[in-house]
Amino acid sequence: MMDSLEKASSVRDLATARAKIEIDGMSKWYGTFQVLKDINLNVLEGERIVIAGPSGSGKSTLIRCINRLETHDAGRIAIDGVELTDDLRRVDVVRREVGMVFQQFNLFPHMTVLENLTLAPVLVRKMPEAEARDVAMQYLERVRIPEQANKYPGQLSGGQQQRVAIARALCMNPHVMLFDEPTSALDPEMIKEVLDVMIGLAESGMTMLCVTHEMGFARQVADRVVFMDGGEIIEADVPEEFFAHPRNDRTRAFLQQILSH
Amino acid sequence: MTQLTLAPVRRRISAIAWVRENLFSSPFNTVLTLAALYLIWLVVPALLDWAVFRATFTGLDRKACLGADQGACWPFITHNLGQFIYGHYPEEERWRVNTTFVLGIAGLVPLMIPRVPWKRLNALYMLGFFPLAAFVLLSGGRSGLSPVDTAYWGGFMLTLVVAVTGIVLSLPLGIVLALGRRSRLPLIRLFSVIYIEFWRGVPLVTVLFMASVMLPLFLPQGVTFDKLLRCLIGVTLFSAAYMAEVVRGGLQAIPRGQQEAASALGLGYWQSMWFIVIPQALRHVIPGIVNTFIGLFKDTTLVLVVGLFDLFGMVQFQLSDARWSTPQTPTTGYAFVAFVFWVCCFGMSRYSMSIEKRLKQGGSK
Repeated sequence: MMDSLEKASSVRDLATARAKIEIDGMSKWYGTFQVLKDINLNVLEGERIVIAGPSGSGKSTLIRCINRLETHDAGRIAIDGVELTDDLRRVDVVRREVGMVFQQFNLFPHMTVLENLTLAPVLVRKMPEAEARDVAMQYLERVRIPEQANKYPGQLSGGQQQRVAIARALCMNPHVMLFDEPTSALDPEMIKEVLDVMIGLAESGMTMLCVTHEMGFARQVADRVVFMDGGEIIEADVPEEFFAHPRNDRTRAFLQQILSH
Repeated sequence: MTQLTLAPVRRRISAIAWVRENLFSSPFNTVLTLAALYLIWLVVPALLDWAVFRATFTGLDRKACLGADQGACWPFITHNLGQFIYGHYPEEERWRVNTTFVLGIAGLVPLMIPRVPWKRLNALYMLGFFPLAAFVLLSGGRSGLSPVDTAYWGGFMLTLVVAVTGIVLSLPLGIVLALGRRSRLPLIRLFSVIYIEFWRGVPLVTVLFMASVMLPLFLPQGVTFDKLLRCLIGVTLFSAAYMAEVVRGGLQAIPRGQQEAASALGLGYWQSMWFIVIPQALRHVIPGIVNTFIGLFKDTTLVLVVGLFDLFGMVQFQLSDARWSTPQTPTTGYAFVAFVFWVCCFGMSRYSMSIEKRLKQGGSK
């Protein structure tokens, strides 16, 4: 298990990169049901990881543990060397550096797009309002919807909303971006516009963890594909190997299902 | 960019067509229309007859209202209007009440009109400067103003003091309690639940009696505090419990994702509550909040039971004045009180509807 992880991360000039996220022997239970079983995963700076697996396999829970939207019960998670514990100050430090994009966008419906983007930089980073607006407009340009700045989220299409959500996370200038099924709630014709933004982000060198079923995206940008089932990491490998020679039966079955059409 | 606004298409139709379409479209509607017309015919002429045609409008005492077929006795109201508005507040000091009223209106009106800018400054004025100014002006004893004991406060002025204090304080207290009831900390949750269930479980009359009769028994000898203040505290704590449940309903309507998104951006608990969750929650429950406000406004009449004379109490008090004792005086007095309360409550109701409408147009979900 660990061998494959080490091997995978050494690919693509990441050899000299330092670990950004360290997860060692992490487990989590909901009551008596164990949702995550002894997860070991190191993510290097600049690495792009796609997490795939059937629903209920614990993928979302895993990345939600990384910014402590969920707490883990055993093992260790550290981001930039800061270990996540009950200490709220550490959680704040981590959340400031880790951006997240949700399946349901979770934009703030009572605020305009611009207000959505400037809120956290002003409140959390204590950025002056004018500067926050400039930064927000830069990121709206980058996700290609600057003309929507003064609309409310409810007036935008799903694809536009998700791009705003990505821009909102980027406005905090995070080192790591987590994507929790960012395209699953979108109409098919809007998936591409969101993936394009994510690909652009990947090319800029952002450390990314994406839970997604978009295998084309995984092939194109992932440094490693992690396959989860039943709360465990079953295998992890560079996409070429992962798709061509899956080693585990469950991986093979999963790939057959989602790649069959 | 360019936005196309489509005005609702309005068909121009003749009056007769409108009547046919809206009032007589089916046999059932026809019956309803006729029944309603009959009811109007029964009530309105009789009311007008009493309030206007058979009523007396001028006079100096009861003799003016002793006609054989007497309607409303309006001179009773106009003659005592000063008392109904100011209670026993000293006549030469009434300008202080008027000044307070003007200061309040000057802050409230621009706050209520959405287009007027400087909302933050305005709110600061209303929540910071105004209560202080009102307190100093009304109770005096400072800045060269002669002190006026709260025992002399009364009439509509007292109604407003109790209602406004209750309304302004019960909303924030209710929000805190609602958050407390949803807290993850068991102690805070328990305290909130006990508080809410206790205050909701006792009648306001009991609360007021307790505040004014029982409380002094528990306080050490010689320690007294103002009866009005005790009532204000009682009314506030009481309505905060109702407010808390209304607000909780709103909080429950906000998806978890909203708070998760706020947390993920690094906002702390109070920041995400204040900027994200509460603004949305309150929008959902504006009708419930205003409903509670209206209830509170009308409940202020209950301070009568502890010997404070609000508008209703003042009218009731003046009814015993022999100079105005006529068969029509009580009816006139109560009709007047009912009308004043109705105007205030209807005003609140209409204003809340206009806010709701505006929020819907705001484009937010």
